Amino acid sequence: MLPFALEKAHSTEEAIAAAAAGGRYIAGGTTLIDLMREEVERPERLIDINALPLGVVRVEGGDLVIGALARMADVAADPNVLRPQPLIAESLIEGASPQVRNMASIGGNLLQRVRCPYFRMLDMPCNKRTPGSGCAAIDGLNAGHAILGTSDHCVATHPSDLAVALVALDATMRVRGPRGERSFPVEELFRLPGDTPHLEHTLLPGELIVEVRVPGGAHSSRARYLKVRDRASYEFALVSAAAALSIEDGAIRQARLAVGGVGTRPWRLHACEAALIGRKPERRTFEEAAHLATQGARPLQHNHYKVELLPRTIVRALEMAGEVA
Amino acid sequence: MTTIDELSSSPAPAEPMPETDAQAQLSRRGVLQLAGAAVSLVVAPSASAQASPSPTERATKAARVRLTVNGEARQLELDPRQSLLDVLRETLDLTGTKKGCNQGACGACTVLVNGKRVVSCLTLAAMNDGAEIETIEGLAQGDELHPLQEAFIEYEGLQCGFCTPGQIMSGLGCIAEGHAQSPEEIQFWMSGNICRCGAYPGIVAAIADAAGRM
Repeated sequence: MLPFALEKAHSTEEAIAAAAAGGRYIAGGTTLIDLMREEVERPERLIDINALPLGVVRVEGGDLVIGALARMADVAADPNVLRPQPLIAESLIEGASPQVRNMASIGGNLLQRVRCPYFRMLDMPCNKRTPGSGCAAIDGLNAGHAILGTSDHCVATHPSDLAVALVALDATMRVRGPRGERSFPVEELFRLPGDTPHLEHTLLPGELIVEVRVPGGAHSSRARYLKVRDRASYEFALVSAAAALSIEDGAIRQARLAVGGVGTRPWRLHACEAALIGRKPERRTFEEAAHLATQGARPLQHNHYKVELLPRTIVRALEMAGEVA
Repeated sequence: MTTIDELSSSPAPAEPMPETDAQAQLSRRGVLQLAGAAVSLVVAPSASAQASPSPTERATKAARVRLTVNGEARQLELDPRQSLLDVLRETLDLTGTKKGCNQGACGACTVLVNGKRVVSCLTLAAMNDGAEIETIEGLAQGDELHPLQEAFIEYEGLQCGFCTPGQIMSGLGCIAEGHAQSPEEIQFWMSGNICRCGAYPGIVAAIADAAGRM
């Protein structure tokens, strides 16, 4: 690990000023420390933000508000999350390991780096790590990579399960930076790789995630997360789906659907949602809608299976969300 | 694909040759500590010569850290790069906590920090100032083993033993969190601890039994 200066921030203002001057925030550190040890990440100045009062989970006007420094495990077990927002709880519990969930913060979860193996191999090209060096995954081992939102420069999937749930539920986030505060949909945090895959998010220099806000609604307590992976637990998604339905008089009134493991960012499926509205919540409806999910998919040599697995996962997730309705 | 896959494709972490007596152990630990001291010496001059770190020259300033480890208060001066795992093993000589993958994937380094199970390889010791740390060395009361340690022996929850300290510390967390109600639940909530020998049935049985007794 290369040397760095470690500073503890005692106030949000102090942290933002230090980050605006070139410091990097560190909270749980579960991604950053690992990548620093590999020298993939090389920060010179770390700002420890764990003392900031941003770890509270609360309900405000029907919205679930999650502080950016709340730990994954604490959020998943919070009574304000467990029953009212099962999709949030499931997406958290299906991610990482119990130990890592005790350490990792919500803000850090959203900003975690990709798990493409070439990203952490310093002797292989990677446009995300070294812009312009090329992408070793496109002609390499790419069974785990994305089929949606890819470019000729990067095909890595976004690894967060929580982000898929938040994007499905129209969550917003509040950030604070040197020029004040702003709020925007969580979906807008994530960039497509295009020809600048090293730019992953839309935060401005020095901006700090303060909290995430999840609107409540009739669909919330019935929303579900389904994660398909090579192992039963502690593994990243091959395909995952977050589904929320609101059903009245035997017809789907509202539908929310986002998928993970297939996109270069958490992937909202508006076309599938539109195809569900007004229809009877049954398998045929779900299958017809799910087929729209792979429009524009660009499979690689080893991940063709995702084109088949994606609609099947969506159908199962919609059935789960419909079951309890 | 993931760090976990990398772990499974790499050779199993090898436990050093067993020492035959205390002398051998002293010398092995002594050598490692000398190596650590040499690194510190190399780092120190650049830190003192460079009063304010410039963007081009990296400097590491020693961090003062207070830890309570197994009930004992410790004051340490540490390189901020040192993980909690390395400080436990190399500075405090508490080598019960094992270094497996050093990537957060295997769970061999699990300890309790302020009562919660964490992987000590993925946290910087300097970021744990003021924390209470519990390691495997703190469980037994004299010659009397902790009930979970007893259960691991009774149900043969180990073969080579390398992962066992991490399994036991993680098992304590699993029980304290209330996630030891059934074998299936224990399997899911112990998934952060890998056992290359495959002693899982014994591990699950030991945790289930101890959960009922604790």
